[in-house]
Amino acid sequence: MAIISLPDGHRTWRRFTPRAQILRWFGYLIGVAVFVWCWNRISEATTWFFVWDAPRIAGDILTRATPPRWSYMEKLWWPIWDTINIATLGTIAALVMAVPVAFMAARNTTPQISVSPVVIRMIPPFLRPVLMTSTGQDSYTIGPIRPIALLIIVSTRSINSLIWALLLIAIIGPGVFAGIVAIAIRSIGFCAKLLYEAIEEIDHGQVEAVTATGGSRWQVMAYGIVPQIMPAFAGIAVFRWDINIRESTVLGLVGAGGIGLQLSSSLNVLAWPQVSLILLVILLAVVISEWVSAKVRGAII
Amino acid sequence: MLKLENLTKTYPTGDQALRNVNLEVPAGQVLALIGPSGAGKSTLIRCINRLVEPTAGKVWLGDVELTSLGSGALRRERRRMGMIFQEYALVERLTVMENVLSGRLGYVGFWRSFLRRFPQEDIDEAFRLLDRVGLLDMADKRADELSGGQRQRVGICRALIQDPALLLVDEPTASLDPKTSRQIMRLICELCAERGLAAIINIHDVALAQMFVQRVIGLRFGVIEFDGAPEQLTPDVLTAIYGEEDWEQTIREVDDDDAQDTETGGAAQ
Amino acid sequence: MMAAGGDLDLLIGTRWKKPPFIRRAWLRWLLILGTGAYLVAAVASVEVNWARVYEGLERGAAFVAAFGDPDFTSRWQDIRDGMLESVIMTIASTVAGILISIPIGLGAARNIAPLPVYLVCRGIIAISRALQEIIVAILLVAIFGFGPLAGFLTLSFATIGFLSKLLAEDIESMDRVQAEAIRATGASWLQWVNYGVQPQVMPRLVGLSMYRLDINFRESAILGLVGAGGIGATLNTAFDRYEFDTAAAILILIIGTVMALEYISGIIRAKVQ
Repeated sequence: MAIISLPDGHRTWRRFTPRAQILRWFGYLIGVAVFVWCWNRISEATTWFFVWDAPRIAGDILTRATPPRWSYMEKLWWPIWDTINIATLGTIAALVMAVPVAFMAARNTTPQISVSPVVIRMIPPFLRPVLMTSTGQDSYTIGPIRPIALLIIVSTRSINSLIWALLLIAIIGPGVFAGIVAIAIRSIGFCAKLLYEAIEEIDHGQVEAVTATGGSRWQVMAYGIVPQIMPAFAGIAVFRWDINIRESTVLGLVGAGGIGLQLSSSLNVLAWPQVSLILLVILLAVVISEWVSAKVRGAII
Repeated sequence: MLKLENLTKTYPTGDQALRNVNLEVPAGQVLALIGPSGAGKSTLIRCINRLVEPTAGKVWLGDVELTSLGSGALRRERRRMGMIFQEYALVERLTVMENVLSGRLGYVGFWRSFLRRFPQEDIDEAFRLLDRVGLLDMADKRADELSGGQRQRVGICRALIQDPALLLVDEPTASLDPKTSRQIMRLICELCAERGLAAIINIHDVALAQMFVQRVIGLRFGVIEFDGAPEQLTPDVLTAIYGEEDWEQTIREVDDDDAQDTETGGAAQ
Repeated sequence: MMAAGGDLDLLIGTRWKKPPFIRRAWLRWLLILGTGAYLVAAVASVEVNWARVYEGLERGAAFVAAFGDPDFTSRWQDIRDGMLESVIMTIASTVAGILISIPIGLGAARNIAPLPVYLVCRGIIAISRALQEIIVAILLVAIFGFGPLAGFLTLSFATIGFLSKLLAEDIESMDRVQAEAIRATGASWLQWVNYGVQPQVMPRLVGLSMYRLDINFRESAILGLVGAGGIGATLNTAFDRYEFDTAAAILILIIGTVMALEYISGIIRAKVQ
């Protein structure tokens, strides 16, 4: 914001100084240029003939896909069961692994050592937020294991479950088991991240009080920390289960079991009435799981 | 019974919270620790049970020197020091009974405490203490359903079930209204008298402190400025501890309060 | 236990048990037994070929080892083109998605939009959220043909569902007093949005957009599996050929990009707040 003196001696008000205004316009210009360049690249890689033809093709697919082939449903029950199992067992396995990772990632529970300020100054600035666990007046501490936990979180989180499934199929072969493991690995980072944030937000007074009674490390954990994070834990579990139901419906596309397998084979033979039925089933599953998760979260909180 | 020798705490930032504090507390004595915010009151009592690690000096609890203990031995000694907190510090999502029983954590093994299978004597004692503070009906309530005064009573039970020799009390009334504050202070002092406990009570309400304790310690900038009976707290002394202010009001108020105060504390409302 | 009586003498010597989380005993046991039965059935129905898994452990070890020695060079051309295409799709779709999300988000906020507009916008959001990216991509590839255009449209569509919903919720929970004060000056609807609403929701919108950029990049990595452009196709080929060192190189690039994006978005979010 700026008060500006005009040449004629009057003063006026502008939101930005002229310099800031130029910078802003320059920023917008770059933004637009980047977007236009991106669009051109996409456009070059596109066969526009197909795109102009798209409405007709879409209409064609729609006519072929309706009505859905309801009788195919009998072949879907077992894949649906598998899909639910992939999501549920995967979520449980992920939670089991996410809990220790979260405790190692949370600044207040990760094993830490006290160091002098001299050592802190030797750590490169960009690593400090990762390594240091307290900058408070009490002491300078670093958590040597914390970076490992954070690396587990970021790497499992950044890679989609379909890619994990591809990888696991290459390693242990196709099937439901690969799907469960893929979902589990993908969910570790997600659950651990939310959980460690919840652990960092707990009330330290309660922990201190349990420590003061002479409780051991594990007792402090069980009485001072666990009761405080239980609601967050339950919420995260249900939330992730809901997401995992969605993700497990498509894992079959790469061969990792569940209803996606049927989708994939129907697509391969262009059996559109089956495809539309499967899409309806997936849509229904997503809606139901979202409803269940909202209900359960409502009951917990 | 408790003896501090040259206790010093320097934070890494350079702040000296305690400087060469020497203090001796005989068994059964209840003393109040007064002083302005940041004087080191809270640090002092946390250095005794080593929730804060002292930088130098020694802490003797009976014949045991605490600052050199390993973690297992420290836990055993912490059992002998019950602590009561300003914001109650109850585990909010556990029941009142679990909160009281958590005072026995130092005595039972992990799995026993995890499965909530405490020895019957502990459970009986928990019932007795809850009855004593008037909260027997609340045993199965969750701690976050209680009022401030009730929570502090649970906090007191948790400290007492440890069967301590010493109570460390950190601003027990700072979050309470004046009437409840007085009831809580009275309850603490009565229980100390009943059980022959020594207590160090951090408190910023000078009038309240004078009303109940036998000895007052004034702390300023981590140094003991005053050590004497409550009656000896003159305006000059308070100025030395807190700085310049009109202290006559505060001191006279104490006498008025004493005359008016006829309530019987302790039991729940 | 029965604390209700409150009579100490009756309680001394009785055992104490934590009151159960679910008070109705039959419901509690039904849930416990039901969960147990489901888990047993679920685990039993998973067929695991342990011999195959055991064989795979060797390949797994090879893959882990590949992370120590990733191969960027032998397929560098493919990797570079794929990554570039992913980045292009990410940027273009995020920008397009944000631009479309703003009007839809405004329309989906009950406190600003009239009911018919609200219902239409909420409907769009619901459809977008219910359909997963990969399924949308399959349909769009079938309609528009192979290539990044399908990927771009998929990600834009997904961005709309994500951003509009959160934007609408943000607007619905904004401070009414500020907005009313602007309305009281006699501002038009657009002026009102500009002065009364925008300043309140802008910081969060920027934060969410950065987050969505991050998500779009991660999603763009899988669209290639169904022919919708991006690095996914290269990755899929690498796995098919058991070229774990190339796959590791791609995964490292993806993780690195996501980390960099999170770092940048952290800085930007700190700036706008």
